[in-house]
Amino acid sequence: MSNSALSETSFASSLPQGGRGTARDYLELLKPRVMSLVLFTALVGLAVAPGHINPVIAFAALLCIAVGAGAAGALNMWYDADIDAKMSRTLSRPIPSGRITPGEALGFGSTLAAGSVLTMGVLVNWQSAALLAFTIFFYIFIYTMGLKRRTQQNIVIGGAAGAFPPMIGWAAVTGTVSIESIVLFLIIFMWTPPHFWALALYRSGDYEKAGVPMMPVVSGERETRRQIVLYSLLLVPVTLLPGFLDFAGALYTGSAALLGLVFLVLAFRLGLTPEGPSQERVAKHLFAYSILYLFLIFTMLWVEQGFGVALPAGMFGLAG
Amino acid sequence: MNEIEHKPVQLTEEEKKRLRQRNIALAWLLGAMVVLFFIVTIARLGGNVANRMI
Repeated sequence: MSNSALSETSFASSLPQGGRGTARDYLELLKPRVMSLVLFTALVGLAVAPGHINPVIAFAALLCIAVGAGAAGALNMWYDADIDAKMSRTLSRPIPSGRITPGEALGFGSTLAAGSVLTMGVLVNWQSAALLAFTIFFYIFIYTMGLKRRTQQNIVIGGAAGAFPPMIGWAAVTGTVSIESIVLFLIIFMWTPPHFWALALYRSGDYEKAGVPMMPVVSGERETRRQIVLYSLLLVPVTLLPGFLDFAGALYTGSAALLGLVFLVLAFRLGLTPEGPSQERVAKHLFAYSILYLFLIFTMLWVEQGFGVALPAGMFGLAG
Repeated sequence: MNEIEHKPVQLTEEEKKRLRQRNIALAWLLGAMVVLFFIVTIARLGGNVANRMI
């Protein structure tokens, strides 16, 4: 064997070996837990949108959104494999653990991304397909490649990617983007910073190790707690907008106000908690509650609108 | 001269099992896609096929 052949063989053997992943590993690449929240908010966007959609086409739309979100997750794992290997929370993901090679993840994610967008366009409508394509683009190129490793505002701007799904669901029914769907977008957009910063407060060591400039790493925990309180103060009024814009009634607005009050109490409690073990405990409470909060806000909107139990519209006399 | 030794890939029993598992999953996925496109086509056509001008 020549020297060059030897060097090529040793180069080849140094590459991660492909073909080891199981179907379950590929499923893990799709970030099923994130996908479930995306799917739920998209479902609510679809259910509360005015107009009619054939249930079969609605199912196809949700399937495309789920696969598109999963594809974005797989592409994110491909790009972030180096930092995932440094954080305890992500160390066991398929790429850092060597079960799937980066190339396999890239191929898998790209195929699903293109497939989900094209299928959405053909089976549902091209407006929602364009929004889905933009969401995947935003998550990969703007958030993952652009913002995540560069600025502490990464999840503020990048949060838009997670806020698009209800808009896509809405567009699947109406074929348009309207003020109501923008409000649904805003709810998730404003919810994302306090949600992720609460997590970052008790995972800041991980992010620091990986060199990700999350707020607690760059500006400190005190500033993060202050920002959580500020964003929570912005979030709660935004969740009340559906009532003011008359696409939700008293049932939703009352629930959103009550749930928002609890959110504010937890956020302020965190804001007043000094650094230390008690901060971690309070941050965990806020993080856990934030997930329940978003779920309940969208559930109430769905229950009221989707199941037709809305109390009389114009509750604030703004209906005109 | 650039000689590369080509050896046939020898899969272990575990790798063969995983390959088979992935192929089955892919087959199900493709089958589901065909069914989905068929059902959506029928849903989109609705009653138009039965009501067409003959």
